[in-house]
Amino acid sequence: MDLNYTAEEQAFAAEVRAWVRANLPAETRHAVEHHKRLRKEQYVDWQRRLADHGWGAPSWPTQFGGPGWTPVQKHIFDEVLSEEHAPQPLPFGLNMIGPVIMAFGSKAQQDHYLPRILTQEDWWCQGFSEPGSGSDLASLRSKAVLDGDQWVINGQKTWTTLAQHANIIFVLARTDFQAKPQKGISMFLVDMALPGVTVRPIITVDGEHEVNEVFFDDVRIPKDCIVGEPGQGWTYAKFLLSHERTGIARIGRSKAELRRLKHIAATETVDGVPLIDTSGFREKVAGLEIELMALELTNLRMLAAEKHGQAPGAEANMLKIKGSEIQQTLTELMMEAVGPYALPFDPQAREQGWNGEPIGPDYAAPLAPDYFNYRKVTIYGGSNEIQRNILAKAHLGL
Amino acid sequence: MDFSLSDTQQMLRDTAERLVRERYGFEERKRILAGPGGFSRELWATYAELGLLGIEVAEDQGGIGGNFQDLAIVLEAFGRGLVVEPYVPTVVLGAGLVNAAGSDAQKADILPRVVGGEAYLAFAHGEPKSRYTLAHVATSATADGDGFSLTGDKAVVLGGDVADLFIVSARTAGKAGDTDGLSLFLVPKDAAGLTVRGYPTVDGTRAAEVSLRGAKVGRDALLGPEGGAFPLIAQALDRGAAALCAEAVGVMTALNELTLDYLKTRTQFGVPIGSFQVLQHHMADMFIAQEQARSMAILAASRADSADAAARSRAISAAKVQVGKSARFIGQQSVQMHGGIGITEEYVAGHYFKRLTTIDRTFGDVDFHLTRFATLAA
Repeated sequence: MDLNYTAEEQAFAAEVRAWVRANLPAETRHAVEHHKRLRKEQYVDWQRRLADHGWGAPSWPTQFGGPGWTPVQKHIFDEVLSEEHAPQPLPFGLNMIGPVIMAFGSKAQQDHYLPRILTQEDWWCQGFSEPGSGSDLASLRSKAVLDGDQWVINGQKTWTTLAQHANIIFVLARTDFQAKPQKGISMFLVDMALPGVTVRPIITVDGEHEVNEVFFDDVRIPKDCIVGEPGQGWTYAKFLLSHERTGIARIGRSKAELRRLKHIAATETVDGVPLIDTSGFREKVAGLEIELMALELTNLRMLAAEKHGQAPGAEANMLKIKGSEIQQTLTELMMEAVGPYALPFDPQAREQGWNGEPIGPDYAAPLAPDYFNYRKVTIYGGSNEIQRNILAKAHLGL
Repeated sequence: MDFSLSDTQQMLRDTAERLVRERYGFEERKRILAGPGGFSRELWATYAELGLLGIEVAEDQGGIGGNFQDLAIVLEAFGRGLVVEPYVPTVVLGAGLVNAAGSDAQKADILPRVVGGEAYLAFAHGEPKSRYTLAHVATSATADGDGFSLTGDKAVVLGGDVADLFIVSARTAGKAGDTDGLSLFLVPKDAAGLTVRGYPTVDGTRAAEVSLRGAKVGRDALLGPEGGAFPLIAQALDRGAAALCAEAVGVMTALNELTLDYLKTRTQFGVPIGSFQVLQHHMADMFIAQEQARSMAILAASRADSADAAARSRAISAAKVQVGKSARFIGQQSVQMHGGIGITEEYVAGHYFKRLTTIDRTFGDVDFHLTRFATLAA
């Protein structure tokens, strides 16, 4: 038993760090570090740089362009990128539809879509949730009907992250109305430029435009835009949701945010004493840091088991639950740390290149909005209540 | 990075788990607790035969020359069985201190007796006013002829009522709270001026209040450097905390298994109570708490003998916080989910809960370690 990284793993971390420092544009790095809004081209540019270097898809098999890393290397990569304030990878292509296409897509779909995911030539978004179907996803009502050599799709999707940037969407729709709810669902790949696709913004309580509604009105797609077999969409969706394991806990990102929290709390003072040295706040930060240490080790234990060929079980649900709770507590403590300067609402201060006079400390503007925004992390990707259901049923046998 | 067990560790795990399974059933444990001294000298001899009392002791002194992680494997298994023999006081603290600080003569005298199961040790350090503060030692050691005279009171000395030999912390200089001026002394139980008041603790194990009133020891009773024992004390208590973290993981795992089984078999309203979502979610959270604690107990064991004292203490404090929080949550929830049976003497759940509660109160509680973690630089 040895909890230290091996010499090879340390050398790998150093290699990744050196490359990121040389290749991550300073403007992007600054924007991520200071919680500014990233522009679409900054995401795309960063993904292309990674892809050009062969690091575009850390978790993909080598045959599809992955680097062939061990689980521990993937963890190190994620951690170093987070520490260096690289944009968080967008999961929709890389970690969601990509693996589904690899496992269930046609050869033509693999040849066409996978390279375009690597280079972010396509910006994917996810068409799962509907206004009436959140946690009970299998109750979804969007439908697809075969008409000659075309599927005709009608319905409404919601909470579609960054659909305003996307050109393509993977959609769950009902194709069999007689079957059991789970059996009648199919998965489609839909070009968003087609007539009948409408994207409408949803503004969240932080004032940001991150999620959208997507409407499908008689959208006609070629017959071969279905994934795998009709009626198997639910199986593919479950595969998709359970596939993304490394990185699900966002540990690297939380470690970087913890450093930021400590920096803010060391800068803020209470009657002349740094906030981080006041008992109460100090213990809250310490308690959170310990939770994060424990989660990182738990994740590493899972990765080690994976390396030895043991498939991760319901522990992935555990990582989602604890990882999301930690992310939320981080945003909460950061907001607390700036005291009354959490209150001014100044959306333009989050714009890159904004040169105005900040209200209060220059780090304050995003903190309350982030706190509000991060309530999403215990809701999306299967709410934490759903995660506990799965853990209890699948792992504990209840 | 490697979490796999060595061959020795696998063997130790098999040995200790089999022992607990075969010799430490709930009824057997009750019989042991009711017997003389509240523990089993017969089982202690078995531990000796199996090599479990000399895991860290060098082979030339009869031990197996292992490390703390090996020890932690055994402690986790002992946690599953709620083993009551004074293993932590004698093996982890006592022999650990002799190993770390003893002269060749002291090691040769004491360690083979511990390994052979012939001597019980206890670390008499905490005092009535010290709570968990490491340097709060008021007990004095004054030069007296060729040796020292010790005076003071030692509180809740684990394993103190059966100890043959005490390791007593006392001040050769300075005042309570100073890290300088602390020394350790080997004091036999029959030393004049030493009084032991033994008692059971709430979990069924044993401890003692130890008073020293001009207890005289020779110069050769000094263990480690005169006036410079603080780092030894800090390490001993870190090792104790790390040991209890490992033990607690065993207790939590067993208690979660017990509770899960109860959820599947206990019926109310015509269905197993485990079909109720609120209990499923509690159980899921208990499983998470157990695994988070396990991760940190592994960290604690791997750092227990680290040369970097600050890093060691920081890691072990973090572990003791996580284990303490997980243990409290699992203990309380398990009792709640069992209902009334969970707080009866005749059922094992409450005994696990009591052991977990004891562990949180020993070698620093959650609050103590949270503050220590926060004030030790990363």
